[in-house]
Amino acid sequence: MPVVTEKANLNTKTANLNQKAKENKKVVYHTKDLNLWYGEGHALKNINLAINENEVTAIIGPSGCGKSTYIKTLNRMVELVPSVKISGEILYRERNILDKSFKVEDLRTSVGMVFQKPNPFPKSIYENVAYGPKIHGIRDKKILDEIVEKSLRGAAIWDEVKDRLNQNAYGLSGGQQQRLCIARCLAIEPDVILMDEPTSALDPISTLKVEELVQELKEEFSIIIVTHNMQQAARISDKTAFFLNGEVIEFAETDKIFSTPSDKRTEDYITGRFG
Amino acid sequence: MAVRERFEYDLQELQKKLIEIGNFAVEALHRSVEALETQNIELALEIIDDDNQADILYEEINDLAILLIAKQQPVAIDLRRIIVAIKIATDIERIADFGVNIAKSTIRIGSEPLIKPIEHIKEMYEISTEMLRLSLEAFTEEDIAKAKKVADMDDQVDDLYGETIKELLQINLQKPEYLPQITQLSFVCRYLERAADHVTNISEHIFYLVKGRQYDLNN
Repeated sequence: MPVVTEKANLNTKTANLNQKAKENKKVVYHTKDLNLWYGEGHALKNINLAINENEVTAIIGPSGCGKSTYIKTLNRMVELVPSVKISGEILYRERNILDKSFKVEDLRTSVGMVFQKPNPFPKSIYENVAYGPKIHGIRDKKILDEIVEKSLRGAAIWDEVKDRLNQNAYGLSGGQQQRLCIARCLAIEPDVILMDEPTSALDPISTLKVEELVQELKEEFSIIIVTHNMQQAARISDKTAFFLNGEVIEFAETDKIFSTPSDKRTEDYITGRFG
Repeated sequence: MAVRERFEYDLQELQKKLIEIGNFAVEALHRSVEALETQNIELALEIIDDDNQADILYEEINDLAILLIAKQQPVAIDLRRIIVAIKIATDIERIADFGVNIAKSTIRIGSEPLIKPIEHIKEMYEISTEMLRLSLEAFTEEDIAKAKKVADMDDQVDDLYGETIKELLQINLQKPEYLPQITQLSFVCRYLERAADHVTNISEHIFYLVKGRQYDLNN
């Protein structure tokens, strides 16, 4: 191997500072030796991931790799599937959510979820957003109005719907419905937002709007997003985890994954050689 | 199952065009040194005329690279393959231009007998073109050991350049009436020395292609 010198990084100082800032970030989710079976099928194998707060973490991988299963373990939605068996730990803010003592209701108020297909309630735009806070006992109309406006603004849809808050949410376009679902998620002031392919049913412009929104939301929330769209993962995430056959093959800074991945399988996947 | 067949095919096309422009540059240097040695003005004029072929290839490489980026959204090594192809093509196009420069010097010297045999110049040409040939191999094989070997050969060209310039300056002291020819021969030496430097750049591009980081091979 020839001996050569790598060019000095002029931005070393900045890079170090960034690194330091990142190191100081708190871990919001820590999965340790997580295994999951659907009956006999071993869907997740020894998953060890530490997910930072106020970052966007993308989960990528081919169909059936376990990425959706993984994200659904984080709010324990996966338990709705019969015959599921789980071992290991999922620490959310250092508490194991798989402990019997952990109330799933508490988890769901801290962890919101946005799904692949927009799923607004068959109610008015206003009621869709006010629904969560009302369940949590907020009755004051003035407070509810404030929450609705703040959430709709947060989801970058306020200007488009402010004059028709009482109209049915089904009248909105797909992209608007998805941002309404994000607003509904924001209304309960979550800590983490899980997104399971949130733009796969949207047109390109709506997709870009949601992507912009994700970038803004990470200032306040921690976001974990499953996506089939690798360019989307590259555009919006800070870290990327590549799943394959239920295993995490590589988890690193998104810049690294999409420029010089360490594992040949990651490279083959992101360059479209398989999957 | 082969995925992205079209993309693979286009990447290979890009590589082929790069080899083509590389071979063109090797040939341009070969013909230009031959024209100088035999003082063949006709051939020198032909070389100048033919250079637009390199320009056309250079444009084709750039167009194909831009289209591949726009339409295929390559990442990681695929993206580097395309970026590096653009960079290498730029270096090679410049090397082909040196062939034109040497041809122009040949025309300026005209039929005035050469003050000395051009052995050193030929040697510089031989090493530079060998470097270019090897660098094209290193590129297609993505072989950094070979790329490093090519970069190391640059020292030989630099040494020959230093010696030849010194010799030409001495001749100038003895035969000042030959100053115009001595100037042109010095230019030719400089063109060949620069050509070897551009090949060293190509070696650095190959390192970037394979390793994903910038390396300095000039030390």
